Amino acid sequence: MRLTLRVWRQAGPDEDGRLVDYAVDDVSPDMSFLEMLDVLNERLIMEGEEPIAFDHDCREGICGMCGMMINGVAHGPERATTTCQLHMRHFADGDVVVIEPWRARAFPVIKDLVVDRGAFDRIIEAGGYITAPTGSAPDAHAIPVPKPDADKAFEAAACIGCGACVAACPNGSGMLFTAAKATHLGLLPQGQPERYSRAVEMVAAHDALDFGGCTNTGECAVACPKGIPLESIARLNRDVLRATVTGAHEPR
Amino acid sequence: MAVTGGAMFLFVVGHMAGNLKVLFGPEAFNEHPRWLRGIGEGLLGYGGFVWIARVGLLLCLVLHMTAAIQLARRAAAARPARYQRRGPVRGSYAARTMRWGGVIIALFLVYHLMDLTAGWLNPVGDLEHPYRNVTADFRHWYVTLAYTVAIVTLGFHIRHGLWSALQSLGASNARRQRVLKGIALGVAVLICAGFLAVPFSVLTGLVK
Amino acid sequence: MRYVEGSPIADAKAPDGPIETRWDRRRFGAKLVNPANKRKLTVIVVGTGLAGGSAAATLAELGYNVLSFCYQDSPRRAHSIAAQGGINAAKNYRNDGDSIHRLFYDTVKGGDFRARESNVYRLAQISVEIIDQCVAQGVPFAREYGGLLDTRSFGGAQVSRTFYARGQTGQQLLLGAYQALARQISAGRVRMHPRTEMLDLVVADGRARGIVARDLVTGEVTTHLADAVVLATGGYGNVFYLSTNAKGCNATAVWRAHRRGALFANPCYTQIHPTCIPVSGDHQSKLTLMSESLRNDGRVWVPARKGDTRPANEIPESERDYYLERIYPSFGNLVPRDIASRAAKNVCDSGHGVGPGGLGVYLDFADAIRRLGKPAVEARYGNLFEMYQRITGEDPYEVPMRIYPAVHYTMGGLWVDYDLQSTIPGLFVIGEANFSDHGANRLGASALMQGLADGYFVLPNTIGDYLAAGPFDPVPADHPAVVEAENGVRERVSALLAVNGDRTVDSFHRELGQLMWDHCGMERTEEGLRKALERIPELRREFWERVRVPGDGEGLNQALEKAGRVADFFELAELMCLDALHRTESCGGHFRAESQTPDGEALRDDERFSYVAAWEHGGPDGPPVLHREALDFEYVTPTQRSYK
Repeated sequence: MRLTLRVWRQAGPDEDGRLVDYAVDDVSPDMSFLEMLDVLNERLIMEGEEPIAFDHDCREGICGMCGMMINGVAHGPERATTTCQLHMRHFADGDVVVIEPWRARAFPVIKDLVVDRGAFDRIIEAGGYITAPTGSAPDAHAIPVPKPDADKAFEAAACIGCGACVAACPNGSGMLFTAAKATHLGLLPQGQPERYSRAVEMVAAHDALDFGGCTNTGECAVACPKGIPLESIARLNRDVLRATVTGAHEPR
Repeated sequence: MAVTGGAMFLFVVGHMAGNLKVLFGPEAFNEHPRWLRGIGEGLLGYGGFVWIARVGLLLCLVLHMTAAIQLARRAAAARPARYQRRGPVRGSYAARTMRWGGVIIALFLVYHLMDLTAGWLNPVGDLEHPYRNVTADFRHWYVTLAYTVAIVTLGFHIRHGLWSALQSLGASNARRQRVLKGIALGVAVLICAGFLAVPFSVLTGLVK
Repeated sequence: MRYVEGSPIADAKAPDGPIETRWDRRRFGAKLVNPANKRKLTVIVVGTGLAGGSAAATLAELGYNVLSFCYQDSPRRAHSIAAQGGINAAKNYRNDGDSIHRLFYDTVKGGDFRARESNVYRLAQISVEIIDQCVAQGVPFAREYGGLLDTRSFGGAQVSRTFYARGQTGQQLLLGAYQALARQISAGRVRMHPRTEMLDLVVADGRARGIVARDLVTGEVTTHLADAVVLATGGYGNVFYLSTNAKGCNATAVWRAHRRGALFANPCYTQIHPTCIPVSGDHQSKLTLMSESLRNDGRVWVPARKGDTRPANEIPESERDYYLERIYPSFGNLVPRDIASRAAKNVCDSGHGVGPGGLGVYLDFADAIRRLGKPAVEARYGNLFEMYQRITGEDPYEVPMRIYPAVHYTMGGLWVDYDLQSTIPGLFVIGEANFSDHGANRLGASALMQGLADGYFVLPNTIGDYLAAGPFDPVPADHPAVVEAENGVRERVSALLAVNGDRTVDSFHRELGQLMWDHCGMERTEEGLRKALERIPELRREFWERVRVPGDGEGLNQALEKAGRVADFFELAELMCLDALHRTESCGGHFRAESQTPDGEALRDDERFSYVAAWEHGGPDGPPVLHREALDFEYVTPTQRSYK
């Protein structure tokens, strides 16, 4: 297969970027998208050019490090698939593939396709945890958790923090990420004591970190490689609303 | 957004119901505004209720638009550098048309008030006989076209707005989500049909 | 063989006496740090996986100041996240005869009697507390309808002691530790340095006092100082280039510590996982593991005739060789990892392999689908089948999966005592980075257990004994040790950039990996190891003469990061081969062709090799020095493993 890649090149955070065309020959359908970039990078190095910087690590779809806009779609054309798990058999000979970094004010570009997603860590630091210092735990069977709740909590906890939701959102909102964690912890009995303060503080952090507001367009849930459902946002809204109306939110 | 949208949604439903009286002939239709103005007459005086409603709706409209503008500005700020290649809409088209849809509806509203509330732009312009004003309007194809575009836009707006409001107020969950989306779509279709019944009745000669 | 014998080494920290009370007595014997003093003490933790994340969070909860480092953009992404199967704990919730003693026994035996009894017993004791801790943090373990935790049996264990969260147990446990860490970051007790890579250890006046790290975004090289340093930097499976490790996993931190004086124990113990997706071409950048649980229902086979190229479905039953069931009638497809891996290698080497290059065997679910029905198979393995199809483009419901073994875990690591302290005072090593608990082979679902045991419970208790003597005198920025380490790092970065040769880093890494896979992989021979020991130094010299690293050191330069890691892999690879060559017995993941039973099973030599090989770096030109730590077995008698 022969492809034309149109890749966003940006030397540094404060530099101007532009799309640069690269012709790539001998693309095997068994290659992953990132392996195709590896091959291109090897060639660029030998030609004396700077290789394309992109984030990646586990390459098995779980660490959440990789992610790029492929023809305007976060993680590319396959549903429920991270960029590292996308294989070239989904492209056709002669395709032009436009590759851009996630674009959001909260995710500034560091270089080429690499962005800084530290804002996600700030949201978790604002309250995305259960306060349970090591050693203080009761026996694991002390509190039974109904299986449906545990399963639903797991579904939300499957978020890999890749940022595709923000990248895909027309508003640049990070509500799906925020809601996934609030839902995971808010559904478990262990998470109840901090449930409302967690919701309020995580949303406050989200808003203060230059993410856009949610208008329920649903693009995030479609882009999410782990299928985090949109209803988690409703759940988060419900908790925030209840905290605001009843004053259940005690600032920590 | 959800609360002000909800209030205006209730108005739209009432408005549509009132419009349908056109099907029962000129008397029923012309009687409707008088009945509205008469609500709470003892306490508020004739027309008092309508004025309160108007003020309330205007307030909702202003708040609704303010919130929309704030969200749009926040969205623009949240993505200062745009994508060079924009992807296809994968979520919902109704959701994507909210902002421009809102603008179209607002523009139509201005025209609509000047046409049928104030009567300035109406070919007849007789405020005592709304039935004549309405039927005179819809005999012109361009009025009907503009009206239809506005109503369909409103339908889209309600289709996403209603569901989105329920989502924002936390009423949605996995089991209910599909049902709520269905209800929002159904309501939007009914409202479109209700409003469009009037011009098309006029056009087809059902209402003369 | 180029090494010299050193003096024997012993673990001075583990108490003797009854094994059940050793951990208790060690905690009582260890000195405590006065709470007011904790605020004055700083600990550096490098790595944010299960071990590093849990240690940093717990140390901060105790009141220490913590500096935490990871090379990823967020501490949540460490490679512990990719662990699928589960975590063992001797809870005995099933009432099926499990106990702390049984988990201890299984682990010592599974490790082929090359681990310390004291450490393993403590691990089994602590396993129970780990589950409690994780549940309290909100880890969504699988549950039964009654609301209690579900368990499954795993990796050949006869009891059901593995707790799991679908196929993403590592992810959920890591997020638990990450969230605990996030809480401490927001409380100001942990200062987090993401995208920062440790490139050297600062040893001042005989104590580990800090690290030299490069900010991967700005390229700045900075020294961070503290009262103690904890390495939780994972294993070194990426020496092989192709492995199930993340692309960024590397050995630089442990190797730099080794060069500063920390002993490296049992480097040749590597685990090869039998069920991975085979290599599809030269472009292959990593291998993907398919959970071991697939072997519960899948049947492994190859065509009985050599070089049979017919599609699997056209090969009749009579012309198939279900070799695991044939050779190991009682365990069949469920033999331990090392045995399944070697059997696959043997059938492929003899020309029966399938798929590209003949490096693959079938894992067939046709029988299971017939027996249980497709929905039942889908319920059990649906997500794994999807993953397989995504990667290979083949539908495992229709055609058998192809699998092949791949490097997965390294049991060797920096030598530590019972307190998890290395031979450099003040340098602690936890998780996969140390050598301590798995002996020569790790059991399934035990890596998560060890990482969290070290980070949540062991290190926070033992590090106090060392820190009680602190706070130590501040190390000034112009201390000779700091200046020397910092300059060394800068010079090395410049040297890598200055070569400007004609080969990429990856091309060297692939060549090294192939060499290691061929000669220090599933089966090792004296001849092969000698060949590797000859070739590796040549390749290393070539690397320093011909590598091309583009760009500069001033900003994000991923090629430069890789180059530094590969340079260290060369040195470590040599030590791995040397260790493998000197250990002329077979044990666990280390199979020497010269040492096998008549029917081809691993043959241990307890007389000569019942010890930990702890290697001391020989300096720039000197040979490595071998220190032996004798292993004594008081509670479990070494026997020959048999799975026939």
